[in-house]
Amino acid sequence: MPTRRRAFLILAALCLLALASFALALTAGSLRVPPAEILAALFGRGAGAGAGEMVVELRLPRALAGFACGGLLALAGALMQVLLRNPLADPYVLGISGGAGVGAMFAMILGLPLLAVDGLAFAGALAAMFLVFGLAHGDGSWTQTRLLLTGVIVAAGCGALIALMLSLADERKLHGMLFWLMGDLGQTFSWWPALLALGGALLCAMPFARELNLLSRGLMQAQALGVAVDRLRYAIYLLASLATAASVTTAGSIGFVGLVIPHLVRLAIGNDQRLLLPASVLAGGSLLVLADTAARTVIAPQQLPVGVLTALIGVPVFLFLLSRQPK
Amino acid sequence: MSAPLLEARQLSLDIGGKTVVDRLNLNLQPGERLAILGRNGAGKSTLLSTLAGLRPPQAGAVLLDGEDCTLLPPRQAALRRAWLGQFQNDPFGSTVLETALTGRHPHLGRWAWESKRDAELARGALQALGLAGMETRQVHTLSGGERQRLAIATLLTQAATLYLLDEPLSHLDLNHQMAVLELFAGTARDCGAGVVMVLHDPALAHRFCDRALLVYGDGRCEQGTVDTILTAKTLSELYGYGLRQIEDRGQRCFIPE
Repeated sequence: MPTRRRAFLILAALCLLALASFALALTAGSLRVPPAEILAALFGRGAGAGAGEMVVELRLPRALAGFACGGLLALAGALMQVLLRNPLADPYVLGISGGAGVGAMFAMILGLPLLAVDGLAFAGALAAMFLVFGLAHGDGSWTQTRLLLTGVIVAAGCGALIALMLSLADERKLHGMLFWLMGDLGQTFSWWPALLALGGALLCAMPFARELNLLSRGLMQAQALGVAVDRLRYAIYLLASLATAASVTTAGSIGFVGLVIPHLVRLAIGNDQRLLLPASVLAGGSLLVLADTAARTVIAPQQLPVGVLTALIGVPVFLFLLSRQPK
Repeated sequence: MSAPLLEARQLSLDIGGKTVVDRLNLNLQPGERLAILGRNGAGKSTLLSTLAGLRPPQAGAVLLDGEDCTLLPPRQAALRRAWLGQFQNDPFGSTVLETALTGRHPHLGRWAWESKRDAELARGALQALGLAGMETRQVHTLSGGERQRLAIATLLTQAATLYLLDEPLSHLDLNHQMAVLELFAGTARDCGAGVVMVLHDPALAHRFCDRALLVYGDGRCEQGTVDTILTAKTLSELYGYGLRQIEDRGQRCFIPE
């Protein structure tokens, strides 16, 4: 029986997890700073104190960007799984990250500055989104299978373009390009657009959460129970795509957060979207902050792309989930 | 007299470019039960979902309580009619009680959560379908017949005044077939609900419905009271197979020749 009380308790616990992940992200690193100094810097009392302020200035934006991207990906993944009514869908399945990747690689080959890389990545993501929508919607049927197939094909096409650009690229640029493709928070331009997008996306999705529950049970069923199915599906497609675009623009294509987090959360607390969506955001954000903290500390001073870590955690978890799925 | 629960005016339906229902007029009063019979692919399900307002007709109109269902907001339509589809699938896990509670959706505000009363209604519906004690079971652990009964319980939870049932007896054993038909007969009698059901057994249609609509699949439809229209002659023509009619204590039975 779904109740508000249970939802509140679970979300409160996840908020604590998120706070803990931030605490770890701020304190862990090559430069050891006492937590008291960090706290003082956080709340602006240690004016000009040096180490504390520096740590907050360097680590906080990165943690915020990581949280926003993890949250966006988890939210987009949960929405895509409802839209395609397929538990194996993830935010990238419809080619959004492929489009963003093509844009970003192109900008990097030309040696454009970071802001232009972000801009072209976002433009690429939007182009892929409209391409898939236009092709899948072409004859008005707009079925899940058609949407999925179109998305997979567009993603494959983008993959080929990316491989082409990688093979033509200058060797000095290759490292940055690979890092972008694997997902990396070290090249983040600024943290607030992603966080803003996360807040906006969650606010847009929550009023429709109960309708999403019905949509996941079938289009006709949902319609019979009073859901304006067509409008809702357009809205989710747009919302999930924009959330994905915001995330890949900020940090490249970080894998597996969008697939594994909604699954893990569903396994733990059930499939009620009213709880699943905000819980996925909190869990996804926390996981990415933790993974990124590991990525920059495990073999410091060398940094790993965080996408590699999430995939390394994600693959075994996902295989485990798959093997214990009923039927 | 008030507007009929359901009315179809000059309704035409195409499937794959072929007209299966041509200018059908139909109306259903409170407390009435109508059976739809026809061969596979004759357009019974298409007709039923069109009557539910789930797909637009090629021509004509469907009225729920006297209002054109294409103009009704989906939520308003869901308060007036409940539709049982032929297929239930659950790609994601869900418990039996959660599934039954989905029927309350049109009654709840955007931010509202299911109340104790909603849960009581859902439990009552589950009990009526013999699913009491299964509230916390996962739906994918149910058998086909149990899943079908859960779908019917969800329909009862929706508490509409018009029930449109597409093969409500599929997967059900004999005992539950009778229980479900008795249940809807009781709902029609006591609550004045209208019931339209697609059935494959003319004998059950004769026993549990007031009227029958025969869909031939070539545009022709015939309707009438069950006594006049469910005869060996019309049914033999409908199914394209000779049937013999046997009367026993006011009930009819049809045996393939």
